[in-house]
Amino acid sequence: MIRIPCPFCGERDHSEFGYGGDGTIVYPALDAPAEEWVEAIFERENICGVQSETWQHVNGCRMWLLIERNTMTHEIQSVRPAHEGVAKALEESK
Amino acid sequence: MTRYSAWSVFWNGLTGQKGWDRAWRDPEPKAEYDVVIVGAGLHGLATAYYLAKNHGVRNIAVVEKGYLGGGNAGRNTTIVRSNYMMPGNRDFYEHSLKLWENLSHDLNYNVMFSQRAHVSLFHSPASRDAAARRYNTMRLTDTDGELWSLDELKRNVPHLNYGPNSRFPILGAAVQKRAGTARHDAVAWGYARAADQHGVDIIQKCEVTGVIRDGARVTGLETTRGIIKGKKVGFAVAGNTSRLWGMAELGKLPIETHKLQAFVSEPLKPLLDQVVVFGVGGAHFYISQSDKGGMVFGGDIDWYKSYAQRGNLPIVQDVAECATSILPCLGRVRLLRHWSGVMDMSMDGAPFICKTPLDNLYLNAGWNYGGFKATPASGWYFADLIANDRPARVVVNHDLTRFERGVNIDERGAGPDPKLHG
Repeated sequence: MIRIPCPFCGERDHSEFGYGGDGTIVYPALDAPAEEWVEAIFERENICGVQSETWQHVNGCRMWLLIERNTMTHEIQSVRPAHEGVAKALEESK
Repeated sequence: MTRYSAWSVFWNGLTGQKGWDRAWRDPEPKAEYDVVIVGAGLHGLATAYYLAKNHGVRNIAVVEKGYLGGGNAGRNTTIVRSNYMMPGNRDFYEHSLKLWENLSHDLNYNVMFSQRAHVSLFHSPASRDAAARRYNTMRLTDTDGELWSLDELKRNVPHLNYGPNSRFPILGAAVQKRAGTARHDAVAWGYARAADQHGVDIIQKCEVTGVIRDGARVTGLETTRGIIKGKKVGFAVAGNTSRLWGMAELGKLPIETHKLQAFVSEPLKPLLDQVVVFGVGGAHFYISQSDKGGMVFGGDIDWYKSYAQRGNLPIVQDVAECATSILPCLGRVRLLRHWSGVMDMSMDGAPFICKTPLDNLYLNAGWNYGGFKATPASGWYFADLIANDRPARVVVNHDLTRFERGVNIDERGAGPDPKLHG
């Protein structure tokens, strides 16, 4: 079991979380060429090692998180809210 | 090399089992080969075999980082079937099943292929309709398939949970009678032995550490046993495709690596004659009984990306719940072993057998949950691609450009999210 330190709820089992996927994907503008959309939707780096990914605390605070995790050892390097504004507000409230 | 036969078994029985040769050689790598296949799993070995047998290529090496068949070849639930509906999948898997039917004779090695029927339960009128559509499509395109009523199902598979209080009451089943199971280790050994007899060098404990390029060509591979040159190179390393792809500096792939667990129980007396699948409009679970008596079963992937060949506990619980829900009589059976394999989950759930941006590099990847059953056809069409430098009609859309062309082969209709293509 991976234990994920949720910034809002504390450390919880990963079974409380839903897995999003690659957290580095940035969708292009709506009118961007089709090739850019194909790359964003279908192409993946598929890193063996530390990668940034999204998880949602579905059975908790329901927040989307951006997590750096090692895909070989499953060690978690960092966790922060996926939404920039929420991450910033959380930082300032500390 | 001894040809296996009833006579050779009999004769060696009389003479103290002293007449057996080793099944394949353990050669030193040569400096150069006509074709180098990376990965001595089922698909790599099958490719080498069909390259030699169908296309007369003689100077072939298969390089393997671990030992032969030590990856996903031994980490599956050994199910063979061809109940697919999408064009591309349908003819591909049917060809595979036809090759399975004669595989033991072809390889002179008993792969214990057992056509015991594949029974997909359905649990709602909607899932029955969906199954009827799929199986009618199969029947119209030369694959067998039938629908069983609840009465017929109860007659054939008596131990399932038919109780009125089950979470997903069983209404009937879609059945492919020619489907079944095979012994996965024997498939690896059989292909290895047959390929070796055609002169293929199978080089184990030889990890590829780099891909040597000369512009748009691959010239060779850096390995832990020195540089091996190849006029043509094929990758058949599902699970680790992205890593090799990275070594060749080819960028991204429409693949994520996930892991899938499988389980086997302690041996039981004969209980289940078929492969039973609890998957159409219910959960996701598949089970059969091995010849040794162990219940062999599995369920979903672990839901997050991983290269670790070890499974997580929530899925163990999930699969155990499915098992006792569908076969309550297994409630007190103990688990003997469970294992996990890493697999290429592709963006539409379908594989790749295709040319690559490099002129003499060929790709076999993206097998999702379905690599075992695909073994013979995968080797067959990959060998054809490498030998003739063009894809056969059946695999013409199994390439990396199908997404930009809008030709997804999405059997499950789950969209571009690799973890959903179970």
